[in-house]
Amino acid sequence: MSTELALLAIFLLSIFVGFEVVSKVSTTLHTPLMSGANAIHGVILVGAIIVADHSKTTLELTLSTIAIVLATINMVGGFVVTDRMLQMFKGKPKAKKQSDEAGGKN
Amino acid sequence: MSRNVYDLIGLLAGICFILALKGLSSPKSARRGNLIGALGATIATVIVFLYANDGKGLNHQPLILGAIAFGVLVGVPAARKVQMTQMPQLVALFNGVGGGAAALVAIVEYLKLGDGATVAQVVATVFTVIVGCVSFSGSIVTFLKLQELMTTRPVILPFGRQLIALSSISVLATGGWVIASSGTSPLLINALLSLLFGILFVLPVGGADVPIVISLLNAFTGLTVAASGYVLENTMLIIAGTLVGASGTILTRLMAQAMGRSLFGTLFGAFTAKASASTGAAEVRPVKSGSPDDVAILLNYAQRVVIVPGFGLAVAQAQHTVRELADLLASKGIDVAYGIHPVAGRMPGHMNVLLAEANVPYEQLVEMEEINPTFPQTDVVLVVGANDVVNPAAKTTPGCPIYGMPILDVDKAGNVIFLKRSMRPGFAGIENELLYDAKTTLLFGDAKESLTKVVSALKAL
Repeated sequence: MSTELALLAIFLLSIFVGFEVVSKVSTTLHTPLMSGANAIHGVILVGAIIVADHSKTTLELTLSTIAIVLATINMVGGFVVTDRMLQMFKGKPKAKKQSDEAGGKN
Repeated sequence: MSRNVYDLIGLLAGICFILALKGLSSPKSARRGNLIGALGATIATVIVFLYANDGKGLNHQPLILGAIAFGVLVGVPAARKVQMTQMPQLVALFNGVGGGAAALVAIVEYLKLGDGATVAQVVATVFTVIVGCVSFSGSIVTFLKLQELMTTRPVILPFGRQLIALSSISVLATGGWVIASSGTSPLLINALLSLLFGILFVLPVGGADVPIVISLLNAFTGLTVAASGYVLENTMLIIAGTLVGASGTILTRLMAQAMGRSLFGTLFGAFTAKASASTGAAEVRPVKSGSPDDVAILLNYAQRVVIVPGFGLAVAQAQHTVRELADLLASKGIDVAYGIHPVAGRMPGHMNVLLAEANVPYEQLVEMEEINPTFPQTDVVLVVGANDVVNPAAKTTPGCPIYGMPILDVDKAGNVIFLKRSMRPGFAGIENELLYDAKTTLLFGDAKESLTKVVSALKAL
């Protein structure tokens, strides 16, 4: 398979996985899920680092440095804020949660 | 490290992201899911340093590390210190800067590739620049709206429809120009026009629909990350970006469904809506306002009370006080439940998060579909800082901005108590007829202070 085709295959399969994993989610989790997904696209940081590494001119380096800062804010801030949202859920029906989990495994 | 090892570890990061989204879809595993996502992102970032230039380190490494450190110093405190009420706009802002980063990455790679770029790469670059810029400027506008730094109402410019059409055509045309000419200036012009389009695109969206737009822009940013992954031939970026794009699209649809609107209606509703009829009736009309004692008496002799929380509860940070009140009522043998509208507050699930913080028992939080049939048997509904989600105009006034949105049928209950700061209409800016209803009592003031007074009045009875 050529590189192009392999990339296309990865793209298409990822679409289906993305559709599948979130198809059943309660409204309660819409916001944390959106925020978590938002943090995940912060890995554009990797892209920003790669282009900074390749940079030859000052313009390229300046733009890619800005990109690194923005992407880091997106990624790190995103995961921290999602965790804070989810923290609010914990400690709630703890006993119930565990029994649910045990029930699910049977 | 060989390219194969690098790609394999990248795949591992991709798997982490799938598990993260999977985990975030269920309350039991949500927190772990988020941490797995963070782990994946960390792995992906660290291996770039190890892989680059055969392990001799990146060019400009100190600068890169400094930029990352700076980003952490800005992002972490913002995420830590933000109040619950302001989380939606922070998510919007984070999403916007991510989109901006993707657009910049595409521009820099385009400058570097120069004439060596394939047509497919240029197309992917143009896509990333357009969508990344739209996501950036659009998210900034949603941030300003939610932070109330600008009006939360739909902004309808003169010739707005034509302006949007014109700007979208010019964005596409300059995009085509870039592909045809492979020039640098066309790309920059394209980027600027895309920024402008992003602003015009979000301005007419009404306040209550803003969360849907944030989710949509989030999905957009995911796709730009996938496209820049294609340009950089980085499979991890393609997986991560596509996952976010696909799941974000589904999530946007789910949110729109929860509000009972089509996605199309949300985005273009402002153009089709006529100047809403109901806002004109803002003259002074008699309302029945009560004292905390009146409210306490109403509650004390009820058999079933439903509390409907809204954004006002979040603003006043009254979640603990409302729980105290609910516990007090329950100790008097009164049946208490919370009626949770899916989009109460500024984000779907906002109220669940807030009440969970105050350790409100999960069983008391009842979703809209389940609580609605119980309102006719409910003696008192206590509406704490909510407005649009209980506004009967959503059923009775065709053409008003929230028409068609499912609401909590509190008008079916015996008595309705509104805790409100003022007579100001809600986020969507629509007058609420229920406030003038004979069975409605209003208690003006900050939600927390009002609730505290009601609690002490109730204790004194």
